[in-house]
Amino acid sequence: MTQTNRIDAGGRVDRAQTLEFTFNGQRYQGLKGDTLASALLANGVDIVNRSFKYSRARGIVAAGAEEPNAVVQLGAREETQVPNVRATQQALYKGLVARSTNGWPNVQRDVMSWVGKLGGGFMPPGFYYKTFMAPASMWMTYEKYIRKGAGLGRAPHESDPDIYDHMHHHCDVMVIGAGPAGLAAALSAARAGARVILCDEQEEMGGSLLDTRETLDGVAAARWVEATVKELSGLENVTLLPRTTANGYHDHNFVTLHERRTEHLADTASEAGFAGESRARLHRVRAGQVILASGTHERPLVYANNDLPGNMLAGAVSTYIRRYAVVPGKKLVLSTSNDHAYRAALDWKEAGREIVAIVDARANPDGDLVRQARDSGIRVITGSSVVEARGGQRVTGARVCAIDLERFVVTGKTEELECDTIASSGGYSPVVHLSSHTGTRPQWNEELLGFVPGEVKGMISAGGVAGHYGLDKTLADGERAGREAAQKSGFSEAQITLPATRARRDGPACALYQVPHEKTALRAPKQFVDLQNDVTAAGIELATREGFESIEHVKRYTALGFGTDQGKLGNINGMAIAARCLDRSIPEVGTTVFRPNYTPVTFGAIVGRHCGELFDPKRYTALHQWHVENGAEFEDVGQWKRPWYFPRTVNGKKETMHEAVARECLAVREKVGILDASTLGKIDIQGPDAREFMGRVYTNKWAQLAPGRVRYGLMCKDDGMLMDDGTTSCLADNHFLMTTTTGGAAGVLEWLELWHQTEWPELQVYFNSVTDHWATMTVTGPDARKLLSELTDLDLDKESFKFMDWRDAVVADVPARIFRISFTGELAFEINVQANYALHVWKKLFEHGEKHDLTPYGTETMHVLRAEKGLIIVGQDTDGSVTPEDLGMQWAIGYDKPFPWIGKRALSRPDTVRGDRKQFVGLKPKDPSVVLEEGAQIVFDKEQAIPMAMKGHVTSSYYSPSLGHGFALAVVVEGRDRMGQTVYLPMPDGTVHEAEITSPVFIDPKGERQNV
Amino acid sequence: MFYIHCPYCQEYREEEEFHPRGQGHLMRPADPDNATDEEWGDYLFFRDNPRGIHHELWVHSVGCRKFFNITRNTVTYEILETYPMGEQPTITAESEKLRKEQGVQTADGGWQTIGAQPDSRALNEEISS
Ligand SMILES: [Zn+2]
Repeated sequence: MTQTNRIDAGGRVDRAQTLEFTFNGQRYQGLKGDTLASALLANGVDIVNRSFKYSRARGIVAAGAEEPNAVVQLGAREETQVPNVRATQQALYKGLVARSTNGWPNVQRDVMSWVGKLGGGFMPPGFYYKTFMAPASMWMTYEKYIRKGAGLGRAPHESDPDIYDHMHHHCDVMVIGAGPAGLAAALSAARAGARVILCDEQEEMGGSLLDTRETLDGVAAARWVEATVKELSGLENVTLLPRTTANGYHDHNFVTLHERRTEHLADTASEAGFAGESRARLHRVRAGQVILASGTHERPLVYANNDLPGNMLAGAVSTYIRRYAVVPGKKLVLSTSNDHAYRAALDWKEAGREIVAIVDARANPDGDLVRQARDSGIRVITGSSVVEARGGQRVTGARVCAIDLERFVVTGKTEELECDTIASSGGYSPVVHLSSHTGTRPQWNEELLGFVPGEVKGMISAGGVAGHYGLDKTLADGERAGREAAQKSGFSEAQITLPATRARRDGPACALYQVPHEKTALRAPKQFVDLQNDVTAAGIELATREGFESIEHVKRYTALGFGTDQGKLGNINGMAIAARCLDRSIPEVGTTVFRPNYTPVTFGAIVGRHCGELFDPKRYTALHQWHVENGAEFEDVGQWKRPWYFPRTVNGKKETMHEAVARECLAVREKVGILDASTLGKIDIQGPDAREFMGRVYTNKWAQLAPGRVRYGLMCKDDGMLMDDGTTSCLADNHFLMTTTTGGAAGVLEWLELWHQTEWPELQVYFNSVTDHWATMTVTGPDARKLLSELTDLDLDKESFKFMDWRDAVVADVPARIFRISFTGELAFEINVQANYALHVWKKLFEHGEKHDLTPYGTETMHVLRAEKGLIIVGQDTDGSVTPEDLGMQWAIGYDKPFPWIGKRALSRPDTVRGDRKQFVGLKPKDPSVVLEEGAQIVFDKEQAIPMAMKGHVTSSYYSPSLGHGFALAVVVEGRDRMGQTVYLPMPDGTVHEAEITSPVFIDPKGERQNV
Repeated sequence: MFYIHCPYCQEYREEEEFHPRGQGHLMRPADPDNATDEEWGDYLFFRDNPRGIHHELWVHSVGCRKFFNITRNTVTYEILETYPMGEQPTITAESEKLRKEQGVQTADGGWQTIGAQPDSRALNEEISS
């Protein structure tokens, strides 16, 4: 194919560099400097997509971020697929491959068009849900095809070969947008000495100056851009970020920038010659001052069939001609409400193509550009507008009518004009999106007929976005903004001379949004407001008739401004239509809030390096390598990697978890096992008031705990609910070592600090985390003493080293603390050594342990063993609604402690003393082979009709190799009064398990085994 | 994301370093044992949810581990001041009301006043959406 629409001269493309690319399977050629959109237009490609709801053919409308239709899926290979790329923002590169995201199987013939026809001429808002929801069972089937047909782009199925990264900045002045205002602002702030970041979403900085007809200092404006960018790039205090979109403006002047670093060059960074470098980067900028110089977006007019390919924005026509040397058609009709759009007709004519007429809604337009158009022989039809586009796959004509703006009716006679392109302009909307991200509402400006940014502290809006139209005003406002921002950052004024502009007189614009039609909006051919979401004027009118008066509700009902478009072209027109229907003014109808992101950001950029290995930090114990070498399977506990179980290979077959756990459990009950318990939280507590503090944060008593002794403690919140548990050892009179649950360590430390700092600052007590400093090895089982005695001189006799004692000792020639505490119910010694000695001690234990059949066990066995003993795990057997009394742990509550400790008062609240609370019990399934499901609901009456009264649930459930049957822990309403009763557990598949309520202690109820 | 001045570190740090801990200046009844159920329930479960000035407890959790208070505008997210435990706020809903009535301009507090201006129109309108 040849580039039929390319003109021979002008533009900022390099005619010496032809680039091949593929769109929808077809090969084309474009030029270096093209965007994908300009290259498609150069090749005369009319249809680039199918519309979301009606599946109508759609062409390119705009030339920038506001493009609603040309949203493509980019990527030559599966792993390089990127959805939601605007063809107008994608630089062309050699070998680029893109597809339409909408339109299945292809954009020319679309199978979804039957859906569009099914709804008749008009599909009301909510059509899909209203039509396809019945029968409900079919929705899943419909949905699959509708979503595929609607084709909102897709994620790649293979992993991305590229890397992405993040960069953090602090700057004095963040300038967003490098058009005339942004460049002037950056220059004046930079010359004053402020640290400036200037970003612009386009390939080149310069914005409107790259395609304007106007001159600066008597020469093409692009020359001034070149000189300014050159000066800025030479300044040390300036960071220039082209191809970088400010996508989010967050609290306290925090701006996120999405920089595309190699995406304009090739499919991947390495193909672009940047192997090892990032493809895209997210900059996180904390700015002193933000200068918003995001300019304006032109508003299209809303007339019948305004979505046919060949309908374009007037300014986009100019941009394609002047910047890309592409004339997107042969015969143009321009429909406008303002002077500025006239340049499209002048540019078109100068490019050597036919301009049929300019249709101006104003009765007497008379600005300089109007005169220029008339003088060059262009026919200007006044007091009229294009009311309807004609054509099938592309515009073939325009129907022009005289209109009465006041009465919103068509008045005079109709004229049919033959053309293939209709350019329209209904004025300009300041790009207020970023300012709205902060939560402020844009403010209506009646003179501009548009919203300007609301006040944001720390933000200065400059140029077009602030409502300063006209090149001279824009430049001056930019300079002012830069100067103010520098001053606010503590710099003095800098000298900057703005380039001279040639004065141009523009006549006033008129307010025109939706163009009237002979027929009502509901009967006329569709007049599109939001092209991306297929929202029509009729849809908005219907919404207002159905009672949606707030623009926020209209938006949600119709989908106006949804999705990746965020209402760039359609919002103001939509509000104007709603205002007309409701007989209110636009500011009375109000505006919606625009949300981040301004344009889509790839997940790669958001994630940066936080993926794969670096997704989440991993914590390893000092013994991790041994566990790996010994075949452990691991379980994540918070960020910790804990050995879950240690499967052995028996006769060439690896044990299942069930087999390994059964073996490990029996080893502990019958001989001796060892657990790496290093992950338990450890908090060192010191100070003269340490003991007093312990007594206030734990429910039980600490006043009498002597050095050398250990106590189990329960920690409640002040609502009386259990939040953590663990043992605390008295190291000295004013020195304690508290252990917490593995997952609760950080939270408990913060909790202690909270109470100390906010409630009892008078107590002298200090906390520090020592979790990582100590490794903990639990040696447990009937042979534990025998084994340990081989490695220490400490007297381990049951009389001198009692249960719940701790001792300083030397173990395997290493200083250690040994704690005689048990989480298994067996004789147990917890050995703490400095973490870097852990592997040595662990290996010594195994050297000596071989003859005792020392068995390493993991968390699963630990869970089974503790559950057999009825020992709780906070967060598994409790859920924030369980008191120590519910657990039957009255023995650990110091009811008569003098100080009102945390949680005490709540234990006498009416809710905590009511009789029908759920209580902690054991469950023994009637069928010994059944292992109940954790979380299963418990009912008392299995015959009861659904919904049944749920009386409790299973909190822990395992198979016990020692008992030879399944068993569970549970909470049951008044459970302790129901010992021996039968309860029922209905399962989703219809079976109902029966279980007997028992004591939660299944093994050694008297606790004799741990006391030997 | 907030930019928070830790009154102990005397530095602005990113919000990621802090944890919010809810309403500030909560008073635990001095004599819990003799507090009525209602008093205790109020302390446990009832919190202010003002539109505008709010005093919050935060902790510099991965910094100095100190708790401190923030006076924040819940509409604009502007942080008006931060102050150590044991101190009282200088800016309150009442003082702001008075300031508005008297038309007194407070000094630009630099970073702490970033965010939408409390006087902006948006504040006086109902937030929809
Ligand atoms: Zn701090």
